[in-house]
Amino acid sequence: MLRYIIFIILIFPKVIFCQDILIKNGTLITITNGTKENTDILIINGKISKIDKNLAAPSGALVIDAKNQFVMPGIIDAHSHIALDVVNEATSPVTAEVNVGDALDPLDVSIYRALAGGVTISHAMHGSANAIGGQCETIKHRYGTTNPDDLRMQGAPRTIKFALGENPIRVHGEGNKITPNTRMGVEQVFRNAFSQALVYMKEWDDYKKGITKSSPVYNLRSETIADILRGNIIIHCHSYRADEILMLMRVLKDYGISKICFQHVNEGFKVAPELAAFGASASVFSDWWAYKFEVYYSTAYNAAILTRNGVITSINSDSEELIRHLYHEAAKTQRYGDLADDEALSLITINPAKQLGIESRVGSLEIGKDGDIAIFSQHPLSIYTIPQMTIIDGRVRFDINKDNDDMRVDINPNDTYTTFYEAQRHHESQGCMNGLEELLMEESYARYIRYKYSKKHTH
Amino acid sequence: MHTFKIYLFLCSTFIFSNINAQQVKKAESGSFLLLNGTLHTVTRGTFVGDLLIKDGIIAEVGKSLSSPEAKVIDCTGKNIYPGFIDSGCRLGLVEIDAVSITNDFNELGDFIPHMKALTAVNPSAVAIPVTRVNGVTTVFTKPEGSTFPGTGALIHLFGYNPDQMSANSERVVMKFPSTGKRGRWDKRSDEDLKKDVEKAIKNINSIWDSANMYMKMDSAAKSENASLSTYNPQMQALLPIVNGKEPIFIEVNAKKDIEAAIEWISLRKYKAVFTGVSEGWRVADKLAKAGIPVITGPILSVPGRDNDRYDASYTNPTKMMKAGVKVALRTDNAENVRNLPFNAGFAAAYGMGKEEALKSITINAAEIFGVSDFIGSLDKGKIANLFVSDGDPFETKTQIEHLFIKGWKIPMESRHTLLYDEFIERSPGLK
Repeated sequence: MLRYIIFIILIFPKVIFCQDILIKNGTLITITNGTKENTDILIINGKISKIDKNLAAPSGALVIDAKNQFVMPGIIDAHSHIALDVVNEATSPVTAEVNVGDALDPLDVSIYRALAGGVTISHAMHGSANAIGGQCETIKHRYGTTNPDDLRMQGAPRTIKFALGENPIRVHGEGNKITPNTRMGVEQVFRNAFSQALVYMKEWDDYKKGITKSSPVYNLRSETIADILRGNIIIHCHSYRADEILMLMRVLKDYGISKICFQHVNEGFKVAPELAAFGASASVFSDWWAYKFEVYYSTAYNAAILTRNGVITSINSDSEELIRHLYHEAAKTQRYGDLADDEALSLITINPAKQLGIESRVGSLEIGKDGDIAIFSQHPLSIYTIPQMTIIDGRVRFDINKDNDDMRVDINPNDTYTTFYEAQRHHESQGCMNGLEELLMEESYARYIRYKYSKKHTH
Repeated sequence: MHTFKIYLFLCSTFIFSNINAQQVKKAESGSFLLLNGTLHTVTRGTFVGDLLIKDGIIAEVGKSLSSPEAKVIDCTGKNIYPGFIDSGCRLGLVEIDAVSITNDFNELGDFIPHMKALTAVNPSAVAIPVTRVNGVTTVFTKPEGSTFPGTGALIHLFGYNPDQMSANSERVVMKFPSTGKRGRWDKRSDEDLKKDVEKAIKNINSIWDSANMYMKMDSAAKSENASLSTYNPQMQALLPIVNGKEPIFIEVNAKKDIEAAIEWISLRKYKAVFTGVSEGWRVADKLAKAGIPVITGPILSVPGRDNDRYDASYTNPTKMMKAGVKVALRTDNAENVRNLPFNAGFAAAYGMGKEEALKSITINAAEIFGVSDFIGSLDKGKIANLFVSDGDPFETKTQIEHLFIKGWKIPMESRHTLLYDEFIERSPGLK
């Protein structure tokens, strides 16, 4: 019996240690079911169990008075690189076998800073150096743990990073002198990889049916791509230009793949009707543009145009800085495109949940969903709002009134000096080119690439 | 059939010219009377009244104004603000960051204070209209990348050449030797860092000693009605600072470095403005005591140290302001200088309050650049840099409806709005 209890504790530590919470008298922004004034929400065993007026607190429950405050579902970031030790396995145009889930860093203080902006879930992504990059991990910001496994959102669908355009071209074509060196090459990398995986699948199929006698060689890269072909993995593809977005949709159609979320997709607005028709979704920046050539023809109205054309759209951070104020990034769609409050907030809640395949569990305030909550001092789309409290699975992970200033998990008592980092002004080093913060955008490496580039172009 | 072909050709040209309409419309000149708006003057409070724009300046502010020749704009229920000023950015000096050939902010050399930003500002930079339609009318655009990267320029975001854009304030920029690391990839040991800084301080001291010497030689030559026989543009650029006419803009961020810079400037006795100052909150009293104005930002940035409170950057300007430091804000950006009002909004929310935050991007900036007689508030006689909005311009929901720079009525268009107009309902659609 004791063995079973220990087993259960090991499996569900968060469920065991979470507390029942009653948040009273708040303005509830449910996202999917309107806004309810002066309403209570009860979280039992880490799940939302009741939403109503004048709920009674169960004994032992933590009661939070949210009078004059705004209560919304935890914010979800569909594109980030926080909580990762490494981002890019930039050694081949195809690295489907690697998984950033093997490099989770629960000590990253960026996780806490994201919590302090109401963000409960992020999509920890591989970088954009490779056309087919590594697999990604959907994580819950259970900051405080030292166990990387505690960050995983168990049961979240598998996802993988793809990348188009300048980044894979620069890393592999310019950097390593191998295909892809152009957008033509990028297309063929995909076609080649999918075709090889089909052959691999047939070899195994034939072997299992007894058609062939000797077993094919097991190959994790091919296994992973086969799982994409089987529809078991959602593609999240770094992309910018309209032409390359159309290209990938053609390739996917040829191979019968349908689950795709385009990331960044700065020129998505140009092909919004095509994206909607394909059923592809889009995860965009609120206003980043012009940091590289392929985002020169951008508009901050991208999210609004995509939304109006029926594309499921989210606003992401791709940055340890932006992830701290995604509510503000979403609010910019009201300046740029007049989105309604619920539309704007959907961009950072239910829509990214859909893109990660977790919309049945999170992304709105609904009974039965996870107790992931963000509480704000004013309407979350107001510039004057200040996040007050963030709750994950019924456990308070950020509390503006109670937390220490220094929230590092790994404080070394002998460490009297903490490093000061100069502001990272460029997008590349911040994360958008994360694709390359990653690798290329480390200054020394960028210089090296430029040096090599100048060597071979003398005019 | 032939006529049909011509018709098709004409149609396609028409569509084609529309698709390529990446240039915004021309600005409108003349006299404008803004009636019955809420005037946020910054210097004399907020009240409902009228404002007359004539000959490029604010000709009158008051009640029941009339002007027969002026175009009337009804501002009932609207807000009128002075144009916002970004006190530090690279706008106009870079078109596409990653395309290095379009970067004009980083000339070669470590001691090149004579490199003038005003020379390289591209009046047609696509980011300029993108920026100004958010109410930012004036920016300090500056070189960077070395210890003395050059001389920045205050410019208005309208004009066809640098002379038309210039706001007549140029400032030499110097980066104070930094004990901070440049990023996670910066693997220098603490000892190496210390050595680098000592060497750099020695270097700047010898440069400024030479500049002092140069000033003596220069004034000696002038007193004899002669001129110096050597051409030394670097030293020439430092003259206004060593002779006390203009402040040196010193980029400095870490606490230790700010303290060192305060001490350094007190020994040198130059006028100074500190820029960056991301850890100013740790030494706010010392900054106030030294009487050094500060240009800080972006407010939307991560704290400099892992052990800092998560909102250290949001509250930094507030803490300095409350200690008595004059604070102006900057985005330190190029293509997204348009986020200046949102940076001010965050500062306001995290303790600064709306009024002081507004000052930090208007009159405080104008004072720091020595141009408060010309811009920074809605006062009679100042340059007509202002905008009309349907609400609080720090709020993202608010729309800016009219914009004036140097009295010109600027079209509310940019690449971003033009692409929206073209693609919100794409035609042809799927077929």
